[in-house]
Amino acid sequence: MFYQESGQFSTRYRQDGRALRLWQQRAALWALLLLAFGLLPFIGNDYWFSAILIPFLVLSLAGLGLNLLTGYAGQLSLGSAAFMAVGAFASYKLQFLLPGLPLLLSFVAGGVVAAAVGVVFGLPSLRIKGFYLLVSTLAAQFFVEWLLTKFAWFSNGNESGVITAPPLLVAGHDFGSPAGRYLLTLSVVLPLFVLAANLVRSSLGRNWMAVRDMDTAAAVIGIPILRTKLLAFAISSFILGVAGSLWAFTYLGTVEPHGFDLSRSFQVLFIIILGGMGSILGNFLGAAFIVLLPIVLSILSGTLLSGVLPAGQLENLQKIIFGVLIILFLIKEPDGLARLWQGWRARARLWPLRF
Amino acid sequence: MSETVAPLLSLSHISLSFKGVKAVTDIGFDVAEGEICALIGPNGAGKSSLLNVINGVYQPQQGEIRFAGRARRAMQPHEAAVAGIARTFQNIALFKGMSVLDNILTGRNLASRSSWLEQAFRVGRAVADEEAQRAVAEEVIAFLRLQAWRHTPVGQLPYGLQKRVELGRALAARPRLLLLDEPMAGMNREEKREMSQFIREVNQVFGTTIVLIEHDIGVVMELSDHVVVLDYGRKIGDGEPEAVRALPEVIAAYLGQQRH
Amino acid sequence: MSFFMEVLLGGLLAGVMYSLVAIGFVLIYKASGVFNFAQGSMVLFAALTFVSLLERGLPFWLSFVISLLSMLLLALLLERLVLRHLVNRPPITLFMATLGLSYVVEGVAQALWGAQVHGLDLGIEDTPLELGGLMLSRFDLFAAGSAGLLVLLLSLLFNKTRIGLSLRAVADDQLAALAVGIRLQRMWVLVWAVAGLVGLVAGLLWGARLGVQFSLSLIVLKALPVLIIGGFTSIGGAIVGGLIVGASEKLAEVYLGPLLSGGIENWFPYVLALLFLLLRPAGLFGERAIERV
Repeated sequence: MFYQESGQFSTRYRQDGRALRLWQQRAALWALLLLAFGLLPFIGNDYWFSAILIPFLVLSLAGLGLNLLTGYAGQLSLGSAAFMAVGAFASYKLQFLLPGLPLLLSFVAGGVVAAAVGVVFGLPSLRIKGFYLLVSTLAAQFFVEWLLTKFAWFSNGNESGVITAPPLLVAGHDFGSPAGRYLLTLSVVLPLFVLAANLVRSSLGRNWMAVRDMDTAAAVIGIPILRTKLLAFAISSFILGVAGSLWAFTYLGTVEPHGFDLSRSFQVLFIIILGGMGSILGNFLGAAFIVLLPIVLSILSGTLLSGVLPAGQLENLQKIIFGVLIILFLIKEPDGLARLWQGWRARARLWPLRF
Repeated sequence: MSETVAPLLSLSHISLSFKGVKAVTDIGFDVAEGEICALIGPNGAGKSSLLNVINGVYQPQQGEIRFAGRARRAMQPHEAAVAGIARTFQNIALFKGMSVLDNILTGRNLASRSSWLEQAFRVGRAVADEEAQRAVAEEVIAFLRLQAWRHTPVGQLPYGLQKRVELGRALAARPRLLLLDEPMAGMNREEKREMSQFIREVNQVFGTTIVLIEHDIGVVMELSDHVVVLDYGRKIGDGEPEAVRALPEVIAAYLGQQRH
Repeated sequence: MSFFMEVLLGGLLAGVMYSLVAIGFVLIYKASGVFNFAQGSMVLFAALTFVSLLERGLPFWLSFVISLLSMLLLALLLERLVLRHLVNRPPITLFMATLGLSYVVEGVAQALWGAQVHGLDLGIEDTPLELGGLMLSRFDLFAAGSAGLLVLLLSLLFNKTRIGLSLRAVADDQLAALAVGIRLQRMWVLVWAVAGLVGLVAGLLWGARLGVQFSLSLIVLKALPVLIIGGFTSIGGAIVGGLIVGASEKLAEVYLGPLLSGGIENWFPYVLALLFLLLRPAGLFGERAIERV
């Protein structure tokens, strides 16, 4: 299908630097947007919104946050959930500290607080590298969880640390219905993806990848290592913080600190391993996979495997499948689903020829 | 070399050791603006260590580095880059996960004037800035004849081309001083000829001062204006290629004669 | 003062158990360069297998041998199915593979033996023992003794046998070891199996204390700061690191905890490890490599 790109030449650097170079790609994107904003809210049912689409979007965003840090800037982190928690609780608390704070602004503010916390736990990355950095991000994970559980101030006086979302009002409109929560989530997630896609294709994004691939060489060509790493922590944590706010406000409605425990951090890490490290699209693919797999499994066990699989085993089976998939991907396709998609596209480009 | 013009780079009494093992002992030499200076010597003579001292990867225990009129006890890598020193590495140090174009664009990072917020929103200086850097990168790509591989991930390129991309990344910074650590190591005769040609052109067209490490004496004699010979971390020769070649210490070091 | 000493000694003895998990880590890291996050699930798997066999009426020694054989089998499968295919990959990839592995091992262990808590009685009374005016747990002393014995056996294996010589060669330089004819893959199986043995012992000791249950796999999180403090490559470091973490954690919980409304033992070792890192980036016993470019 060479004909797709025939006749489309970039005559300006700006055109060549586009994320989607072909008009077909851009048209497909617009069609998808139309579907997501114009059609899905009317044809989707509550189960689709609440159990699939909203968690898919929020987890994609969380994956994006971690991907910027780990996939692009090369800083391994096991503390994603901590930054999500900071975002969620900060958004919540700020609603009380600043009455009348618009909902969207409270998401942004939650992200900013998460970014600040991210920088603090990112500071050790200047002296320590690789696995040693796990300590800093795990410290964040355990410390934040402890802090939010032990001090009721953060949950505005709730002794068990539970927070409940305020009414989801934006400019006087109530987005409390499942379709409304979906639209609200979509409208927060997509712009952040656009900004991140811009970033990774510009100077800062290249600096991140340079630090990831070889930090000595990066320092030698004048990339400020300190600033570059800290910006990665800040921006990554900002996005994770917003994802945490959405998780609490538009997805669950009620969360406690343990909802952001280490296994949530693993979940986010698995999204980027399966989806593809250093890929923007991969976050969507990984999140879709991680949301859909349990659902598919439980449907299968209810129908095909009913009677074969004892009730309690579904969770174990799911664990084993996730683990096996992680290992399989790392062996066979370390660049994840995003690379599989690219490979498929490359073959489709030549189709029906083979080379 | 004119006596009145101060040298671009001047090292004096540089000593460097690792955990008590001396790599470089009391070395000093000058590099004049616009010349090609070759560092030669057997393996382990301290050549790479010296390059690492010049651009701040290693900090020497003693000595002084004077570059472009400013004297320092030691360089820092970032400081060296800002001052206009670029380099390539003995074992290619490219960013393996990035394309040829992106690798070369990283060489422009110091020239980038837009903030990350402008870059995220594609507003303000970011758009014009990105185009300006791209234009310079394209010049480098054209100069090194890398057009065909612009969007190829560098990890997929053959060795010789990777060396060329690494030179491109250094050139993209428009350096005053270019440090090349064995730019022709592992190349065949054809590739070597090509690389020598590029180096000479960089020197003549852009007026870039070059310090390079090379083992192939033929190439060194042909290319350089000035040769510094190291052996066991000490300087044993310094001067024009023909003069240095005749020094008895140099012959001894190269032919492995008995030392006294 | 004697209260302080009791807390300190109690902490040190608990630290011995952390050291045990950390030693399994160090063995694998030295021999195969893998940062094995699945060490905790291996502890769980070994202990769960052992206690389940015991509950089915098998004698102690037979359960122990079968558990050990199952760890050997696990090591064999692992080498065949995972490690062999990940040779020469970046360390971060190997690490993430062990994350996946920990899911598989935990899933399999619970699918085989169930998720309920199993009590485990090793026949050691957990009664206080008075030693020089200090009250110490008899069980903790027994645990420390077993750990000491295990370390002794390991050091004999490493320093006095041919296999140990090969293992040290592999740890030192994999390529050079290959060049002198050491079979790398066999060594990997061996070292993962030995790590499994260490895991089994750790699992039994922990399991007798807390019951054999899922939370056993979480002790890997205690071992991490231990490794950071002691360095990834030193068994001595793992022991000292474990003692430091155990003692300081208990002291902090007793003296600092009340000020901070308690529960700080989850994050305290990490903050401690971070402080150590900032002072000594390669750990207490690690060598700092010179970066060559």
